Amino acid sequence: MRGDQIFGLVMIFAALGYLFSAAGIETSFLSDPVGPRVFPYIVGGVILVSSVVMILQPDPDAAWPGRAMLAKLALTLVVMVVYAVSVPRFGFVLPTVIASAILSYQISPRPGPAVLTGLGLGVGLFVIFKYALGLGLIGLPPAITG
Amino acid sequence: MDILSNLALGFSVALTPTTFLLALVGCFLGTIIGVLPGLGPANGIALLIPICFTLGFDAVSALILLTSVYYGSMYGGGISSIMLNIPGDEPAMMTTLDGYPMAKQGRAGDALVISAVSSFVGAFLATVGVAFLAPLLSRVAYQFGPAEYFALYLVAFCTLGGISSKNQAKAALAAALGLAIAMIGLDETTGMPRFTFGNLHLHDGIDFLVAIVGLFALAEVFFFIESQGKDSAIGVKLGKVRMPWRDLIACRWTMLRATVIGFFAGILPGAGASLGSFLAYISEKAIAKDKSTFGTGNPRGLAAPEAGNNAAAGGALVPMLTLGVPGSGTTAVLLAMLLTLNITPGPLLFSERPDVVWGLIASLFIGNVMLLVLNVPMVRVFVYILSVPGYILLPGITMVAFVGIYSLTGSSFDMLMTLAFGVLGYVLRKLDIPTVPVILGIVLGDQMEEGLRRAMVLSDGDWTYLFSSGIAIGLWVVAIAGFVAPIFLRRLLAKPDTPAYRVEHMADHIADRD
Repeated sequence: MRGDQIFGLVMIFAALGYLFSAAGIETSFLSDPVGPRVFPYIVGGVILVSSVVMILQPDPDAAWPGRAMLAKLALTLVVMVVYAVSVPRFGFVLPTVIASAILSYQISPRPGPAVLTGLGLGVGLFVIFKYALGLGLIGLPPAITG
Repeated sequence: MDILSNLALGFSVALTPTTFLLALVGCFLGTIIGVLPGLGPANGIALLIPICFTLGFDAVSALILLTSVYYGSMYGGGISSIMLNIPGDEPAMMTTLDGYPMAKQGRAGDALVISAVSSFVGAFLATVGVAFLAPLLSRVAYQFGPAEYFALYLVAFCTLGGISSKNQAKAALAAALGLAIAMIGLDETTGMPRFTFGNLHLHDGIDFLVAIVGLFALAEVFFFIESQGKDSAIGVKLGKVRMPWRDLIACRWTMLRATVIGFFAGILPGAGASLGSFLAYISEKAIAKDKSTFGTGNPRGLAAPEAGNNAAAGGALVPMLTLGVPGSGTTAVLLAMLLTLNITPGPLLFSERPDVVWGLIASLFIGNVMLLVLNVPMVRVFVYILSVPGYILLPGITMVAFVGIYSLTGSSFDMLMTLAFGVLGYVLRKLDIPTVPVILGIVLGDQMEEGLRRAMVLSDGDWTYLFSSGIAIGLWVVAIAGFVAPIFLRRLLAKPDTPAYRVEHMADHIADRD
């Protein structure tokens, strides 16, 4: 199966779920002639039709990354998810240093520059955002600074 | 004259020290963003908007900063086209055709100056065009009711999809996907939640900033990692930079012609700067006596697309300001920002907030002059930026994207959502599904539905009301033609030879510079 067809199939299920969910939207007696369901029905219908077309007439497949590259991309995603979850908990600096060092290492696998990039970005961006731009970032883990 | 007094108002708003500084910062940042291959105006603005909000800028300041970034990145896009044969963003693609050969002949400095001057001519004259045409169009827009607006949104989706994608089904899917996402949240009329699945975070809907930063900036990060080490490009040495007066004078009519073509291409909803530069280049080549020198370093082949794409960038502001319908991805992002600042573009904007409209137009003039003054002497600095290694640049972009989103709400939820959009953006682009209609759908979804529902209230549920006026019927015809015609035109209008490194992602060259 080509990428277009797989994606089309996924979108068909998504559209059906969307239409089903739209059917469950509560309307109120005050509502207008169209109501809150009709537009979602139209939109869901367009997704459904275009997904079917994508399955029937797929374009030539793109060059998808190999297994090693997929693993690398997945790792990147995991790093970013962990980063997103840990910033509110551990402050800005530490997660940023670690996450940017890992990202940097993935692009150019040399530990030295990676660590320097991490430190530079973690501290540098914090200083810029906090003091030059005045954003309300918390630098260090709230547990340490109280 | 009306326009002069309006412009005077605009300059009185735009010529304060703060806004002047903002325009300077915007031009500088914008040029850097434009220089970096892959980071185009839409990404750059997307990265900066959250920061703009957190800093509490008012509408005029935010607009001035962001439009300076917009124009700046249009300028900057040409620099990497000339130096590396890699377009900094999509509109700069045609610039590689004659810009890079010129640079290879040792005329890199001349090419950069010609590019800067033609960009200036295109953008400056286009701004004059905006100042004249926008008020006129806003008068026509007064006659638009909900049925006409509904049809107009349809025009935007159809022409955008039709022109920017090779596959109509994919374009339609992208637009519908954006509209579907826009429906999430509380329904404004009934106050009932839709598609929130009981999650309180979703009651306010999905913030378009989350979608924009995810689809544009984070998706780019994945591409960057994937394509590292491929497609190396050989940079060109930058010699002495001086004014190539002879070439500039020889190109004067080229610039003017390209400006007119680009400006009108930009006004078409959905066409944008890429079409402007494309049309400007092919028409200049078509009327040239020395056709065979195009593509080998003809200065006119460089001046045409550069003037054309900058003029189109200005033209795209016309439908955005007067009708609230953006002409390109970047103006969609600008529109989204205006809406969040509680400013609704449209005919009323011109009578109710003349300070915003004319302040913006005045700041475009200021930004343009600033860019020209900045670009010629500082071109060396921007060329140097091309040598920042990817292993520093990429984590930097990622972190700035996250900080922007995080500083808006301070919750992990929005950052995770942004990531989800990043993955979606990666998959969509892999499948050649355009992402700009998705953004447009998210930005316009609520208003489009509102138009439909208000039309139905007015007509008491009679659907033929949607085709009841001449304007509405005309718009429906344009919409359908805009969606269907490209299928046939595509066969007739084969694009000219694309440059060797037809890569839109910044990845491909920065990765192997370390």
